[in-house]
Amino acid sequence: MNFDFNILSIVTFAPIIGALIIATIPVDSEIAKRNVRNVTLFTTVITFILSIGIWLGFDNSQAGFQMVEKYDWIGGFMSYHMGVDGISILFVLLTTFLMPFCILASWTTIESRIKEYMIAFLILETFMIGVFVSLDMMLFYIFFEAGLIPMFLIIGVWGGKRRVYASYKFFLYTLLGSVLMLLAMMAMYWHAGTTDIPTLLETKFPADMQFWLWLAFFASFAVKMPMWPVHTWLPDAHVEAPTAGSVILAGVLLKMGGYGFLRFSLPMFPLASADMAPYVYTLSIIAIIYTSLVALAQEDIKKLIAYSSVAHMGYVTLGIFTANIYGVQGAIYQMLSHGLISGALFLCVGVVYDRMHTREIKAYGGLVNRMPKYAVVFLLLTMANVGLPGTSGFVGEFLILLGAFQENTWLAFFATSGVILSAVYALYLYRRVVFGALEKESLKSILDITTREKILLYPLIILVVFFGVYPTPVFEVTNASVEALVNNYQAAINAVGEVAKPAAH
Amino acid sequence: MLSVFEIPNVNLATPEIVLGIGAMVLLMVGVFVGRSANTIVTGLALALIVIAGVILFRMQGEGMAMHGAFIMDDFARYMKILALIGSALTIVMSVTYMRKEKFEKFEYPILVVLATTGMMLMISASSMLTLYLGLELQSLALYVCAAINRDSPKAAEAGLKYFVLGALSSGMLLYGISLTYGYTGHLDFVGIADALSSSERSIGLVFGLVFILAGLAFKISAVPFHMWTPDVYEGAPTPVTAFFAAAPKVAAMALLIRVTMGAFEPITHDWKQIIVFISLASMILGAFAAIGQTNIKRLMAYSSIGHMGFALVGLAAGTQAGVNGVILYMTIYMIMTLGTFACILAMRRKTGMVENIEDLGGLAKTHPVLAICLTLLMFSLAGIPPLGGFFAKYFVFVAAIDAKLYWLAGIGFLASVVGAFYYLRIIKIMWFQEPEGEQEEGFVPMANELRLVLTASSLFVVLYVLFAGPLFELTTAASGSFF
Repeated sequence: MNFDFNILSIVTFAPIIGALIIATIPVDSEIAKRNVRNVTLFTTVITFILSIGIWLGFDNSQAGFQMVEKYDWIGGFMSYHMGVDGISILFVLLTTFLMPFCILASWTTIESRIKEYMIAFLILETFMIGVFVSLDMMLFYIFFEAGLIPMFLIIGVWGGKRRVYASYKFFLYTLLGSVLMLLAMMAMYWHAGTTDIPTLLETKFPADMQFWLWLAFFASFAVKMPMWPVHTWLPDAHVEAPTAGSVILAGVLLKMGGYGFLRFSLPMFPLASADMAPYVYTLSIIAIIYTSLVALAQEDIKKLIAYSSVAHMGYVTLGIFTANIYGVQGAIYQMLSHGLISGALFLCVGVVYDRMHTREIKAYGGLVNRMPKYAVVFLLLTMANVGLPGTSGFVGEFLILLGAFQENTWLAFFATSGVILSAVYALYLYRRVVFGALEKESLKSILDITTREKILLYPLIILVVFFGVYPTPVFEVTNASVEALVNNYQAAINAVGEVAKPAAH
Repeated sequence: MLSVFEIPNVNLATPEIVLGIGAMVLLMVGVFVGRSANTIVTGLALALIVIAGVILFRMQGEGMAMHGAFIMDDFARYMKILALIGSALTIVMSVTYMRKEKFEKFEYPILVVLATTGMMLMISASSMLTLYLGLELQSLALYVCAAINRDSPKAAEAGLKYFVLGALSSGMLLYGISLTYGYTGHLDFVGIADALSSSERSIGLVFGLVFILAGLAFKISAVPFHMWTPDVYEGAPTPVTAFFAAAPKVAAMALLIRVTMGAFEPITHDWKQIIVFISLASMILGAFAAIGQTNIKRLMAYSSIGHMGFALVGLAAGTQAGVNGVILYMTIYMIMTLGTFACILAMRRKTGMVENIEDLGGLAKTHPVLAICLTLLMFSLAGIPPLGGFFAKYFVFVAAIDAKLYWLAGIGFLASVVGAFYYLRIIKIMWFQEPEGEQEEGFVPMANELRLVLTASSLFVVLYVLFAGPLFELTTAASGSFF
């Protein structure tokens, strides 16, 4: 496809334009506040519609980058280079799709400093899209890191009681990981003489250099993912962030780590990835089993879902580093589906939080009596979170387990135990919150979901079920690129005459 | 060999001459006009600096003057324009402060002009004599500036401290110069470099080098010669502090580059270790010592120590990419610092100036625009992309990686994460806290000139991504003077 206009740049920077418009609205009355909300929603919807244009123009049969834009920027050190391939395009769509929901979720709950809030979200959207469409390593880093600024403010200004602690932890953890990656990027620049990702993908780095580069990138992506044991910032950030912040954190920000592994670690450092895969498996298995158990012991609904996110991301890292077609496809699918499911789950928590202003599991019970529709929605999402067949959660997990089985039986065994554990904590949560007798006085007058909340939740549920029974549209898009990725990886491993499956020992 | 009777090619030094003569004329004007001279002298001083800048900008020539003691090249032109911008902005920023704090002394702008003349000489120095003359002209003016509010015991203390320690460092510098002269037989940088490359370097010369670097490290307030910085920053009147933090640092860094890359280029290996050490020490001390500060001027002092450490990372690389990085770093650093000081100067309640970080509490509610600008500057100082401060750090570190200084770069990055902590604290206080008590009233409206500087500086850090390319070409040309 030959695009005359730069659709990727337009999609990336459309939210910024919305933010600039909002910046000019003086917020002095209720009407002005409503205008701010409307403009934001309008901007995010337009961005989503524009991003569908990327999808329509995308050629599924090509493995390479499409809709490429390239301009010189800073004297050979960086260039402005954008493009999408089968791996990144769906993340762009996920981001633009989730944003209107985030704005709607904040419709009534955010009262103070509404203007700053909306501007922060729109700027964040630009940075998130930028991460997925950058084809220049430094451009990627700039977008990757810049997202910290709005997210820090979102957690810190509109968050809960321990928001200062949570925002600091989020910021410093991520920054620490990222600077190591930046160091590695600089070393790569001097080795390859460019920061251009397509060129770097073809560059063969020496094996010992790959090891250090891999570690540095791992430091950044593992924190972002987050992997055990550097996951501790996530529960804090989730609990303290406003609902929309949690949605975007779980839905998109965590995916940057997985995307980074697929874009950098696996294709650029295949030898190191193969060597380090057993360690990644170990960490992933620990994440799956340990954080599932931790989730079981949580008293706070959001914290429970946050730990369950860590466990699900454990599947993703596991799938990515099996480096076979099932594992990688499964990992991408799992990331997309988790983006929808966890986003919807956080919205669900937001529904009851807005009514009761507490997230403690103990404060709830018997909601099914007063909120039947909510109970159905929550049940569907809980099942999807567990990975019940027929929901999108199943497809990803199944493929990952298939990939893991190819790699090693025990690996698949331990990973599968996580499915059972996730059923345990998710159903236990559901029973405590929704079932049982409606005893709490405060709950007796609670109302079922409103129209706005229906608009929020139903589309997500429809998609979760749709992709659960018909995953083909996703695989069609990702297939060519993933195949190329896996083939190049195997070729690089075979080229040095190593055993293709280092985990077999 | 130039004949002694030949008229030296002074055209190249026109801006310096204009500034020097202008300063003396201004002094006369001030004395004759008397008490109300402040406004007119300030305006004229500003005009003088602008004129010098225009002359510099239009000047085409390059080369040596004054028998090789004065050099004019792309590097000199770029750094001089930078220093002039810094000086001009600090004069602008001082106007309202001087009026409100009731010490309208016409000497202040004149001292700034004199210090600027010194800086210009430093930047163009290509002989140890010019170096020393420029440095002393600048320093003496700065000592007086620090103590200019002589009714304040704090300012007097700051001035005295600065003077005593400054004199000590000048002594060391002179001793180093004399050793270098003794062992090479030359005072001009080209001669020293020739002498060094043609013969084995002696241990005495290394002593000379160490003393010279110590003297210069004092001027850029690099660890372990940083002790004066927090006290002087805190004690001096705020516009003076803003001045100290900006242009003189640029000039001293330019001088350090000239000495290391010019005179001592053949013994790079020897000075590299020293630069690596003071760079590391500055980054680490700057990061950790700033955490506990409660006074924002003191915090900025430690912040500037840290930033000098980061800039030196580029010099430690000793390559063109490295020097280029330092030039870029100083450019971005100077503009960020001036913007930050514009905010600090805006911290004025009805009862007077306040300088505690806690006084910024709830600023996002009371003064949203000021808070947004300061937030951008803080993130930029912390080196978070896409703001200007990130690119500054990027280019010095990328040079260090190229020079295989992995440990220096690694520790530098960790120091920048620690540094991010205290910048975040300022943002936290502004955004996450509600205004309490006195803070609810907010500050008195910001003076227009501060608004101007702050807006310009904030726009610079945000829009840096747009003009990063052209600026990079300029600094590449400037750093090309050494290679």
